[in-house]
Amino acid sequence: MSADFLLFLIVGFVAIAAATAMLFSRSALYAALFLITNFGAVAVLYLLLNAPFLAMVQISVYAGAIMVRFLFVIMLVGAERRGREPEAPTLRWQRPLAIVLAIVLVVQAAYVFITRAAAGPAPAETVDAGPLSIGKTLIGSYLLPFEVIAIVLLAAMVGAVVLTRERS
Amino acid sequence: MDTVTPFVLLSAILFALGLTGVLVRRNALMIFMSIELMLNSANLAFVAFARQWGRLDGQMFVFFIMTVAAAEVAVGLALIVTIFRARRSTNVDDLAQLKG
Repeated sequence: MSADFLLFLIVGFVAIAAATAMLFSRSALYAALFLITNFGAVAVLYLLLNAPFLAMVQISVYAGAIMVRFLFVIMLVGAERRGREPEAPTLRWQRPLAIVLAIVLVVQAAYVFITRAAAGPAPAETVDAGPLSIGKTLIGSYLLPFEVIAIVLLAAMVGAVVLTRERS
Repeated sequence: MDTVTPFVLLSAILFALGLTGVLVRRNALMIFMSIELMLNSANLAFVAFARQWGRLDGQMFVFFIMTVAAAEVAVGLALIVTIFRARRSTNVDDLAQLKG
C-alpha cells in the first residue's frame, strides 16, 4: 500500500465522516462547519489528483467565500433556533425510502464506475496543472464559456441584490 | 496511485449522502448545503477523470461548476432570506401555499 493510497484512505474517511455528521447534526451552524471540513478534505484529494490550482480555489472559493455566506445567512435567519426539524415528517415513509434510494444509487454508481472506469485507459502521465497552464487553457479553448460565466455572475449579483431589497 | 477508481467511488458515496440530505432534511438551508455537497462530489469525479485521461478539460469543468455554484448560492440564499422575511420560517413543509 503506497503512501498516496494511505493518505487517500484517511482523507476519504474524513470526507465521508464530515458529510455524514452534516447530515445528522441538529444545528444548521454545526452542519455548515462539518461541510467546511468536507470541502477541506476534498481539496486534499484534489492535490492527490494533480490539481493544485483547483485545490486552492476549493479552499478559497468553496470553504471560504461560499460557506462564509452560508454562515451569515444561518445567523441572520436564526435557523439554529428556528430550524428544529419536526419529529414526524409530513410523509412518514420518506426517511426510510430516502435511505434505500441512496443505497441503490451508490450500488449502481459503484457498479458502473468499477466496470466502465476500470476499462478506460490507465492513468496518463501527469500534465502540468499549475495556474499558468490553467489560465492558458481558460483564455484559449475555453474563452467563450469564460465570457459567458462572467454574465452569469453579473446576473446572480444583480438577482441577489434585487431579491433581498427591502420594499418600502 | 495507479487508478482513479477509489476517488470516483468516494465521489459516488458523497453524492448519495448529499441526496439523502436533500430528501431527509426539512430545513431549506440544510437542503441547500446538501446540494452543495452533491456539486462538490461531481467536481471530485471530474478531477479524477481529468487525472485518468491526463487532460486539463475536466479541471476546466470544475472551474466553471464552482463559478455556477457561487452564483447559485448567491441567488438561493437571497431567496431563502426573502422567504424567511415573508413567512418567518425556513421549513420547506411550511411553504405549501402553491399546491393545487
